[in-house]
Amino acid sequence: MKKITQIKELKLKANSLRQEVIKMLCHSGSGHSAGPLGLAEIFTALYFNLLKHNPKKPLDKNRDRLILSNGHVCPIRYAAMAEAGYFPKKELLTLRKMGSRLQGHPHRLDIPALEVSTASLGQGLGVAIGMALAAKLDKQNHKIYCLSSDGEHDEGSTWEAINAAQKYKLDNLINIIDRNYIQLSGNTEEIWPIENLRKKYEAFNWAVIEIDGHDFQEIISAVELAKKIKQPVCIIAKIIPGKGVSFMEKQYQWHGKTPNKEQSIQAILELEKERKKIDHE
Amino acid sequence: MNELKSTREGYGQALLELGKNKKVVALSADLTESNQVTKFAERYPQRFFQCGVAEQNMITMATGLALENKIPFASSFGVFLPMRCLDQIRISVCYNQANVKMVATHCGLMTGEDGATHQALEDVAALRSIPGITIIEPIDYYQAIKATKAAAKLKGPVYLRLHRAKTEPITGPLTTFKIGQAQLLQKGEKVTIIGSGPVLKEAFKLNSFLNFKPEIINCHTIKPLDQKIIKSIKKNKKVLVLQDHQKIGGLGSAITELVSDQNSIKIKILGMPDKFGESGTIEQLWNKYGFSTRNILKNVKELIE
Repeated sequence: MKKITQIKELKLKANSLRQEVIKMLCHSGSGHSAGPLGLAEIFTALYFNLLKHNPKKPLDKNRDRLILSNGHVCPIRYAAMAEAGYFPKKELLTLRKMGSRLQGHPHRLDIPALEVSTASLGQGLGVAIGMALAAKLDKQNHKIYCLSSDGEHDEGSTWEAINAAQKYKLDNLINIIDRNYIQLSGNTEEIWPIENLRKKYEAFNWAVIEIDGHDFQEIISAVELAKKIKQPVCIIAKIIPGKGVSFMEKQYQWHGKTPNKEQSIQAILELEKERKKIDHE
Repeated sequence: MNELKSTREGYGQALLELGKNKKVVALSADLTESNQVTKFAERYPQRFFQCGVAEQNMITMATGLALENKIPFASSFGVFLPMRCLDQIRISVCYNQANVKMVATHCGLMTGEDGATHQALEDVAALRSIPGITIIEPIDYYQAIKATKAAAKLKGPVYLRLHRAKTEPITGPLTTFKIGQAQLLQKGEKVTIIGSGPVLKEAFKLNSFLNFKPEIINCHTIKPLDQKIIKSIKKNKKVLVLQDHQKIGGLGSAITELVSDQNSIKIKILGMPDKFGESGTIEQLWNKYGFSTRNILKNVKELIE
């Protein structure tokens, strides 16, 4: 797929994805808002610049694998995939509806390019490790990307997987952490402290890169650097949950609820304002 | 008398043979020798993945390997796999229809002296309600070899329920085996005894005490259940189930579900009566918890009275 390299164009794309997410969530009436909105830049960078993939050959064996461990943020992945041409955009409004391929939490059998059905937290990184081992066995050069949430670092199984990556020296594995400091019931450090994440990963022999998860330059350079490092790499992406919608930003209460019609209109207006700003940059 | 051998040894032998297929990989959670995976690991070190005492991650790793077209055999004790990683089995393996073979050695009271913590008696109950899983409990060494090879051929999640102790084989190298097809071990009358695993051989001891031969069926595939066993059940209308597993949720429950719309069928299930086990020899434990010849006989008589 053709890479988008212009930062302005990437920003506009991220803005479009956010608007799609708001429409999807308003229409579905249930789901998660803060997480997907916060990840718009990460998904834009992955699908339109970083990933080796081809929507016309979704299961090409040389594609990079993207495992979404925190499956509940799937609306942003669906929006990015539709934008990239994996399925028609009009399908986005079927999110969480009976018979839709866009399940409330992602299901690989409905859309194979989702790679793996996830959303029971703490499982995606382990699956990614199995895929990274398979790539090594088959002497393939693609990368395995895992996106995980900070909240799922509460799970012991996540730490089992982190240890496995060092044992097998998986330099084809990149784990991007959505470090947005919120989880369902509150702020991460109040619910279940996970700091110091950098030191913990380093102690497990991972290379760690910390970035602003809304800055395209930082995202792209971090991943390009990670590809060259001969170790498993963890990219801790600092994210503002609910980014772009003033009343959702940094509010854990928006982890697991959706905007009503009025709130959605307000959100779209704010995003349109932001879009105009980007246009004038 | 045939040489005594365990079902886990059958698994180890079959896994070694399956290693010729480069897609086959093996994982163990620090139980390589106990799971009989050592020979495979020595012969194919690049395709053996030691997972440490971390069963949850072993299952997700196996899922990733399976989704990349490998045929992973992940092994542990039945008390840890499936019990410790049930969520991983439900979502990562079964919801994805991943081609993972889960192998639990040391199931049932047959684990003996290790005591309650290591006697897997709830594993079938835990797994049976998960959609898309195949559950097999071979009766002996030879059947374990065939079950392992058949599992490798079958696309989709499979759970092999195996045992630590060596027992006398009652099938042979040439006995046919097909997943989902129960095996008639003894043609008989008046009562149908159905079971899985080595405990079923206890049923043959009744022949010396009864003036008729009961029908004995080895239902090695607990899920999907062979619907044809209903023919024998309807013929005799009396069923005794033998399972080295909790009475709740095992093969007996599956058979009861199968005949739930049938009138006039009487079923008794011999299994662990909602209790934890304890240390002891197999003979002591089976005697105490219902598998003595005396108790099996008593139940058969109650059924046919």
